[in-house]
Amino acid sequence: MITIFSRIINYGFTNFWRNGLLSTATVAIMTLSLLVFVGLLLANTITGAMINVIKDKIDISVYFKTDAAEDQILNIKQSLEALPEVKSAEYISADQALQNFKEKHKDDPEVLQSLDELNANPFQASLNVKAQDPNKYAGIAGYLNNADLKQYVDNVSYAKNQTVIDRLVALVASVNRIGLTVTIILSFVAGLVIFNTIRLVIYSNRDEIGIMRAVGASNLLVRGPYFVEAIITGVIASILALLVVFIFFIAIPGFYGGQTYFDLNVPGFNMNQYFYSHLFSLFGWELLFGIGVATISSLIAVRKYLRS
Amino acid sequence: MRVATQPMITFQNVTKSYNEGPAALEDVSFKVNPGEFISLVGRSGAGKSTIAKLLIGEEKPTRGRVFFKDTEVNKISSSELPNFRRHIGIVFQDFRLLPNKTAYENVAFALEVAGRPQREIAELVPQVLDMVGLSEKLQSFPNELSGGEKQRVAIARAMVHRPEVIIADEPTGNLDPFNSWEIISLLQKINSLGTTLILATHDKEVIDSLDKRVITLDRGRLIRDEEKGKYILA
Repeated sequence: MITIFSRIINYGFTNFWRNGLLSTATVAIMTLSLLVFVGLLLANTITGAMINVIKDKIDISVYFKTDAAEDQILNIKQSLEALPEVKSAEYISADQALQNFKEKHKDDPEVLQSLDELNANPFQASLNVKAQDPNKYAGIAGYLNNADLKQYVDNVSYAKNQTVIDRLVALVASVNRIGLTVTIILSFVAGLVIFNTIRLVIYSNRDEIGIMRAVGASNLLVRGPYFVEAIITGVIASILALLVVFIFFIAIPGFYGGQTYFDLNVPGFNMNQYFYSHLFSLFGWELLFGIGVATISSLIAVRKYLRS
Repeated sequence: MRVATQPMITFQNVTKSYNEGPAALEDVSFKVNPGEFISLVGRSGAGKSTIAKLLIGEEKPTRGRVFFKDTEVNKISSSELPNFRRHIGIVFQDFRLLPNKTAYENVAFALEVAGRPQREIAELVPQVLDMVGLSEKLQSFPNELSGGEKQRVAIARAMVHRPEVIIADEPTGNLDPFNSWEIISLLQKINSLGTTLILATHDKEVIDSLDKRVITLDRGRLIRDEEKGKYILA
């Protein structure tokens, strides 16, 4: 059995090498298909990062009545944080709010002067609440508007921002949906291209399959080398596709100091960092997709010629 | 002279028809004894190749039975077929060499598929290629060989695992007279060493000079079976 397997591997490598032109063409087509696939993975990641930026911009603020004690507000903060829908709740005291306002308008003496003339802090203490999921804001706003909290809460900013939040939620949802649909369709097309290429390679080898069988080769021995060739093609194409991504997204932008066409400038997303930290998982997905489709295609394509 | 031992090959009332068309073989019966050299003669489409295909299990008879010794060929399961084919050597008109393998590798392949050890292969293959006169061409690919040389590689491949029978289906069909004679004398030599030989051909000169048993087929029927036959089609 070991002899048979070592022979299969040997045939696979020899055939791949001696079919130079055909192997090169197959690798090239597979590399292109894998680039589409990796492009989709990257596009999904970048879209995800953009969506997170948008999601992060959404929040609601709860303004407390001036007579609400700080302890009370911190209690409410804690109870909010205990809700599964809530991602974070940030307490901004009245003093802090005044400070922030002054900081923001420090170049505007008129505003500061009129503030001084008030002789009192006109700002209310507030909580800045962010939800895990933008869909949950309505629920959180409902919780804050309930009767128990009525005595402390002056108003919740949700109502006036509701339309904007709803639109953003809808936008995020449709971007996700479109991304998923495009990914599925293009992956399928990329898979189909690989499948057809392998099928053509094996079609051009159909006479040889007949010869091998006539000489007494078992099905395993006929199939094995094509399977090995599919794996070799998948591995080489995966490496090449990753190399192309590296050259276009890392090396060339690096050469121009990162300020190029490909510099996406998404806050919280760094292509360079992402590429290096996900190098193995990207390669892994490529291998899985490339080798997976190639080997399955080869098994299906050879089967046709093993029937007699 | 035929020896009264167990026949090596037996065709019992074999009929083979493809789809709706006329029968490729009709009620054909004959036996081949070990060590015999028989020629199957007939025009193109007479059924010579069908006999070869039935013998290696590539086709199944529509009616009748085909035996290789005690084994009924059409009863062999498809997983056992490769193993069975290693007992038979086949030579085709179009050589059927693997284009990506050298002469040496093409011959070695027949042993490799049978799981024979590398050492044995390394010893046997050059011997056989030497026997067919190709000791200088071990590393040549088929496209670097002439027609006659390709056919000699094919014969080397057919005989390397010492099969009990070699079927040569129009082995000289693509060759000039000179190369044809070389191939025929090679087949005779192999037969003289004890291998049963079945030669399917429509080459009149070859048949007439062989002076061996001739089975004549015409439109799927066996019309003549003579001990020292000539090429007669009428």
